[in-house]
Amino acid sequence: MTAVHTQRPIVEIQDVSKRYRIGSQDSSTLGGLLRRALGRRDTTPAMDLGARTGDLPGTFWSIRDFNLSVERGEIIGLIGRNGAGKSTLLKLISRITEPTKGTIRLRGRIASLLEVGTGFHPELTGRENIFLNGAILGMKRWEIQAKFDEIVEFAEVGSFLDTPVKRYSSGMFVRLAFAVAAHLEPEILLIDEVLAVGDAGFQQKCLGKMNDVANRTGRTIFFVSHNLGAIRSLCTRAVLIEDGTAKMSGPPEDVITHYLSTTQTGGGGVPGRLAWSDAEAPATNELRLQSLTLTNVRGEVSALFDAAEPVRVELCYRVLQPIRGGRMLIAVYTSDGELAFVATDHQLHEAVISPGDYRTTITIPGGILNRRAYAVTPSCDAPGHRHILTSGPYLPFTVGGTPNHLSQFPERWPGAVCPRVETKLEAIPNAK
Amino acid sequence: MPDASSKESPQNGYEIIIQPSRGWLRINWRELWEYRDLLRILVRRDFLAKYKQTVLGPLWFVIQPLLTALVMSIAFNRIGGVDTGRIPDIIFNLCALLPWSYFSQNVTTGAATFTANSHLFGKVYFPRLVVPAAASISNMFALALQFIVFVAFYLYYAFSGADIHMGASVLLIIPLMLLTGILSLGVSLLIAASTAKYRDLSHLTPVLLQLWMFASPVFYPMAKMEHHPSFSWLCWANPMAPIVEATRDILLSGGAWATPQMPQMLVTSALTAILALIFGVAAFNRAERTVVDSV
Repeated sequence: MTAVHTQRPIVEIQDVSKRYRIGSQDSSTLGGLLRRALGRRDTTPAMDLGARTGDLPGTFWSIRDFNLSVERGEIIGLIGRNGAGKSTLLKLISRITEPTKGTIRLRGRIASLLEVGTGFHPELTGRENIFLNGAILGMKRWEIQAKFDEIVEFAEVGSFLDTPVKRYSSGMFVRLAFAVAAHLEPEILLIDEVLAVGDAGFQQKCLGKMNDVANRTGRTIFFVSHNLGAIRSLCTRAVLIEDGTAKMSGPPEDVITHYLSTTQTGGGGVPGRLAWSDAEAPATNELRLQSLTLTNVRGEVSALFDAAEPVRVELCYRVLQPIRGGRMLIAVYTSDGELAFVATDHQLHEAVISPGDYRTTITIPGGILNRRAYAVTPSCDAPGHRHILTSGPYLPFTVGGTPNHLSQFPERWPGAVCPRVETKLEAIPNAK
Repeated sequence: MPDASSKESPQNGYEIIIQPSRGWLRINWRELWEYRDLLRILVRRDFLAKYKQTVLGPLWFVIQPLLTALVMSIAFNRIGGVDTGRIPDIIFNLCALLPWSYFSQNVTTGAATFTANSHLFGKVYFPRLVVPAAASISNMFALALQFIVFVAFYLYYAFSGADIHMGASVLLIIPLMLLTGILSLGVSLLIAASTAKYRDLSHLTPVLLQLWMFASPVFYPMAKMEHHPSFSWLCWANPMAPIVEATRDILLSGGAWATPQMPQMLVTSALTAILALIFGVAAFNRAERTVVDSV
């Protein structure tokens, strides 16, 4: 490598745009082609995409005039609402699809980790899949051989190495898949929500590995996640993507604060409530969220609370398929992305959650929160087994009013929470 | 609609430039070479995965053409009365099925490249050409197995006094199979590229292959086609026709061409195959750039 390399940004994205078709892909079948040739119009209803409406009918810009320059060794966290264009951007950088306009320059070997286990073949053994997956991710045979033992050890699958992976538990499968990917040594690594794997212990291990890779070797990482806590603790810079463009770029805390303060309220624009139509709701094939609401002690929907009063968080959702060992989680983050605490309804659920509509309510008692901005985000998992729905939409709220601490000075009180503690002051008599 | 391509800048191997362009036939040979390990592993996977799923395992590579030869001998030669001359009909058909099943296997697997791998292509980049190339190499192993069966039948018939013999020309089978490989890769890439655009074409592929099989002298001698008043042009137009007939000439008649014009026909076939490959690669390249947006 020449000296030029160390000076020029490792990734340069210049005026990149990507246009997608929307609605029915009518022209992708011969039937559609015939209909069009006969002059019959597609009857895709027009969607209101605002500024992102494409220049051709039935298209929209997923990424529009995007610019970003990244230096070697940066860990970039990409945040933004669903559909903002984060994943499209990663797809463009990883060359899975190509831009409609603009140029991306990559000055280093790139590997993407858009989903762990890509290309795993169920009939092949763990050993065979390590080589297959490694090769698909762009590793040379000797590289895989050199790292083989490390990968096996990391994945903790030792004695199952020569068993077809179709007989693996889902936990083992995911561990093996992540282990291969984690031992890639590209100069640029793209990661999309990969931390939605395995149990908490393994996740911790993965976070550690990522940090390790980034620190030790100065690799550049692009990290897309809804987990603001992970973005905050791992990334050196965060980029907020809104409507397909880079809205803001800077220290993760600042960008997260800005993001949470501008998160659209949705559901008619009521502060303190997010409600989704079936089409746009955060969902998997097992579960669909319906609404997330904050109410105060008087039962009013609100995004403004008194520190001395309780905050009620109501999550409504529809279970579409039985979920074994599932639970809902509601995480409370501070506005700069620090995790304050998590609550769950685990003990209240049956061993298998049967399909139907549910409402989980947690009440944060008064005298717990600090006077500052927060956001709540729901998620669902089956502990020790898998993630079902990762944290997605953030609902921001602000706590003010009576402070829970006893400071007289009107300062900004530090801490993610500020529980009302019992404080006692005594003068100790001078015993001699 | 603008298409896109990626290329590596010539002066600097570490710089990858991703931008839309209108390249027609741009193959990044160096990148393909970089991914040779993937090619090797995919070949292995295709082969292993195919037989691990079944009880009889690799035997299927053998049983299928054997049954086809048997069924077609009954249908075409015994009932239909198609005369295979001095050559027993089973070995006649089995021999022609060597290039034909290799060809049809390649076309079937190659044509489904985008549809069968959409989950993979949507997640990670590698030169897509590796997948159909790997498939046609792993199909070569099936061809080798089939060849062993053919040899067994050949020996049986030769010892029972059938008028069949091989000579030094048997070595010609290698370029002939390579020609089949090139042709089938080209055809499958063309089909893969068009199914990427028009998905319903995938329903036509099996029909097309069947039609093609009957338009090739697999179960009847090429002389029948050559002397047919309205179908003699097929000997020249169908690149598989001379390949199938030549395979039989080489393996059963010691290399004596049944048709005097065979060398010219083979040259035509080879030229067609090369054209098909060039157009196939170009179409495939165009399709692979944005195929994940629509499949």
